[in-house]
Amino acid sequence: MDVTGLSLTTITLFLPIAGLVVLLFMNGEIHKNSLKWVAFATSIVTFVASVLMWINFDPSVAELQMAQRNTWAEVTLGESVINVSYFVGVDGISMLLVLLTTFIMPIAILGSFGSHIFEERGREKLYYIFLMLLEWSMIGVFVVHDLIIFYVFWEVTLVPMYFLIGIWGSEDRIYAAVKFFLYTMAGSILMLIAILYVGNRSGTFSTYSAGGDIGVIERVQTFDGAGTYWDAPGPDGEGEESGFLLNSVESFLFLGFLVAFAIKVPIFPFHSWLPDAHVQAPTAGSVILAGVLLKMGTYGIVRFNLNLFPEATVAWAPTIAFLGVVGIIYGAWVSYAQDNVKKLVAYSSVSHLGFVVVGIFALNAQGLQGATLQMVNHGISTGGLFLIVGMLYERWHTKEMAAYGGIWKVMPLFGAISLVISLSSMGLPGLNGFIGEFTILLGSLGSDYLGFAFTLFATLGVILAAVYLLKMFQHVFMGEVKNPLANEDGYTLTWYEKAAYIPIIIMVFWMGLQPIVFFNMLDVSVDKIVAMFVR
Amino acid sequence: MFEPPTIAEFLAQSNLASTLPATLLLTWTLILVLADLFAGEERQHWTPLLACLGLGLSFLSNVFVYSPAAGEQVALYGMFVADAFTGFLNAVILVATLVAVLMSWDYLNRAEIHRGEYYILALISSAGAMFMVGANDLIIVFVALELLSIPLYILAAFRSIKNDGSDLALKSEESGMKYFILGAFSSAFLVFGAALVYGATGSTSIPQIFAAAGSIVGAATSATFYLLVGAAMLIVGLGFKVAVVPFHMWTPDVYEGAPTPVTAFMSVTAKIGGFAALLRILISGLSVLALADGDAAAWQATATIIAILTLVLGNFVAISQRNLKRMLAYSSIAHAGYIMVAVAAAGSANVIDAATQGALVYMMAYMFTNLGAFAVVMAIEKADGSGGNIDDLNGLAQSRPLMAMAMTVFMLSLTGVPLTAGFVGKFMIFSAAVQAGLFGLAVVGVLTSVVSAFYYIRVVVNMYLRDSAGELIPALETRYVRWAINIALAGTLVFGVFYPLATNLVSMVSIA
Repeated sequence: MDVTGLSLTTITLFLPIAGLVVLLFMNGEIHKNSLKWVAFATSIVTFVASVLMWINFDPSVAELQMAQRNTWAEVTLGESVINVSYFVGVDGISMLLVLLTTFIMPIAILGSFGSHIFEERGREKLYYIFLMLLEWSMIGVFVVHDLIIFYVFWEVTLVPMYFLIGIWGSEDRIYAAVKFFLYTMAGSILMLIAILYVGNRSGTFSTYSAGGDIGVIERVQTFDGAGTYWDAPGPDGEGEESGFLLNSVESFLFLGFLVAFAIKVPIFPFHSWLPDAHVQAPTAGSVILAGVLLKMGTYGIVRFNLNLFPEATVAWAPTIAFLGVVGIIYGAWVSYAQDNVKKLVAYSSVSHLGFVVVGIFALNAQGLQGATLQMVNHGISTGGLFLIVGMLYERWHTKEMAAYGGIWKVMPLFGAISLVISLSSMGLPGLNGFIGEFTILLGSLGSDYLGFAFTLFATLGVILAAVYLLKMFQHVFMGEVKNPLANEDGYTLTWYEKAAYIPIIIMVFWMGLQPIVFFNMLDVSVDKIVAMFVR
Repeated sequence: MFEPPTIAEFLAQSNLASTLPATLLLTWTLILVLADLFAGEERQHWTPLLACLGLGLSFLSNVFVYSPAAGEQVALYGMFVADAFTGFLNAVILVATLVAVLMSWDYLNRAEIHRGEYYILALISSAGAMFMVGANDLIIVFVALELLSIPLYILAAFRSIKNDGSDLALKSEESGMKYFILGAFSSAFLVFGAALVYGATGSTSIPQIFAAAGSIVGAATSATFYLLVGAAMLIVGLGFKVAVVPFHMWTPDVYEGAPTPVTAFMSVTAKIGGFAALLRILISGLSVLALADGDAAAWQATATIIAILTLVLGNFVAISQRNLKRMLAYSSIAHAGYIMVAVAAAGSANVIDAATQGALVYMMAYMFTNLGAFAVVMAIEKADGSGGNIDDLNGLAQSRPLMAMAMTVFMLSLTGVPLTAGFVGKFMIFSAAVQAGLFGLAVVGVLTSVVSAFYYIRVVVNMYLRDSAGELIPALETRYVRWAINIALAGTLVFGVFYPLATNLVSMVSIA
């Protein structure tokens, strides 16, 4: 199979860069009003390109599709030369997450159309440049299958997000931005060492096989020697005797990758950067952070931890799933205690992503499919919730829940939209959130690796989600109007605000009522991973 | 009896053509002396212009002498070796000197101390560094080191030429004096080490030391002891020059006191010269110095400990610095630590080439990035030397967007964020360390670069996220500094984005 030609994946990946270049050549003052249109048009074109990919995507094929692999550089390691290659392609999981990215991006841009932050902070051009850079690097994370290039994209996402929070965020933005940068960098840099070891050990940085070169995943899966691939003596006699958990090379490699991803997700004890970053970020930043950036972590666990280190995955599954369950309950609990709307939604992310973690480490088809679908669901629902909070803030300039009340009375359409999105987030049957959570719970119940207790406590999270989201809804939208706006025009939604919600509502119902479309995309890709864990 | 060689024999043995880049630069300084003497007050700018021309010519000759086809050649009766290692580092040194000359041009005018001697000294020092990277004999190492250092002592004190009793002049004088005394002290270590190695092996030539060291180690006589002590003293002597912990004490004071372009220049060329000699001596000369057969070289443990100490101290102390030059001084100590990681990795026989290449790429990346950062610091520094604190960067993105962008790129590159040259360098040395099995060292290396992110990002925070207290920062610099920044920025980005470029440039390097 010739995979060196230009593929649709490459085109989709680099479209945001085209938009970025156009923006670079525009004048921030003279073209002030067209900046957002260029960014918006780019994100729409990228979305169309990703939909074309979807049309071309054949869900019955297990291999990477629309793949492209070109050797980029040669790294000398001792006597061997290892290729670093530009290797892109999608399977079902990647495809779904690319679609999520390109779907959220135009919505996030629409969400900043009427924002007041530019009156205060200016630098609109820089803002859209960073958004384009962010889109490029996020798509890159999801489609790249070379460990080094993956690391490059992974780290590059930090820079635009850091500036988005730091320049256009709220009062404590500098603290939040620096914390975000250092925290995530501290996690991911250990992954670099693990990546170097993997490349050094297996003689390639490509995870999948292509063009006659055998990828790391295939090497791991077809290994038939004694012990495991990583712990068996290598061709040069290196490697150590296996003993688990902390007594093997594989476990250390697993943890090297996992810590990077766990911080990004975030899994329970690593979550403390998230409320700060979310609360301080501008609306578009929060939407992207919750919608896509967190999924990079869960995606990384599925793609790398599960595929590369199956034995360590099995050994660590109950521990990590336990942290996931703790996250579900802890996140929900803390969320309930918040007076700040944005913080409430932020902590709800910790809770929702706990479900994803439990689903992944159930290590069966239902769990993994549910987890992947839940990544998308959470992106759509929580992205929507952050948009709601952003629009409230634009009008009332506060995030305190106590200041709101009775908004349904003055903004009935907005209230209805918010109700649908809140219900979707708490997992009402018929809407998208239910499908994901239900499948995950089903998976954890049938899992060979997790016990009944995991399902039991995770289910508590579904109830708690209803508690904190209904509390928010009640305080903000029900009751009497506490602080009427001076200017009644503020009660009408502008066209771009409505336009931002339409696709979200469509997806909430579509994924809720016809999930088979999305499950079909995942079937084969998930089965390929799960096949390693069938007992 | 000593017989004078025939002319033909002399020409063949000295093979001056291979040393052309360095000798050309050295002779060019004579032209500069004459030009500066006759140019007069009103044609002062001739000297820097001619200096740039000389650097360009030297660069051109470097390209011809070190074309891939040329292979390895020895010159000066075997005391100088012209290989890909020399050629690559020559190019790095020449670019560094060019950027430093561009910076100085502006600085000297601003400080009203414009003297032609400045450029002459800079070029001599740069020629010294070029001799040092090609040195194939401990005597040449020493001579080249002095040629590199003595002009630097003078340059560090250059601000005190205008003896106005100001704080700046005093600090510069102190800087030069301190550098001189400690430099002389470290040279003594180097010479003593060379003497011990000569005593043990009977030669000062690096290839002959290599040949002798193997049998000495096998025989396990007292010569082994002298060789070990000699090697340790060489490491100490060169360790002073490259400022690794615990031989770093002079660095912050000297860097802070010296004129900014001199600081930039010496933080790059002196380090490159020192590390080149260190790599050459340890790898080409002493890589067989293992205590047991099949072990890694005996100096690997020493280099590992030095690297860890340097990384930890450099990065942690840099956090508390408010003065930008001092912060960059400590950060340069930390970067010496990263190069030391590569030196340590080179102790394992199968990683030598990968480690050497990693060190070279790291030095190149560091050269562009560090010079760029210093150029930005210089550009915002006021004539009275104030304005060099980290808070003086507040709001730079508003008043000088392009300069702030350049500084951001430099800071990200020093941190080692992908798509900058700094990442390519870090990637290569860490992969060498992992390959050598030095996992602890690699982990310390990456974790300390997170620590370094803290103080580098603070610079970006101040430029972009804080507003300046008073009026906008005015443009003080001339176009020469902007050229310097642009060259550094281009290098940082081109080598960062086009990763294969750097690896291809060093793929021929092998000094084992």
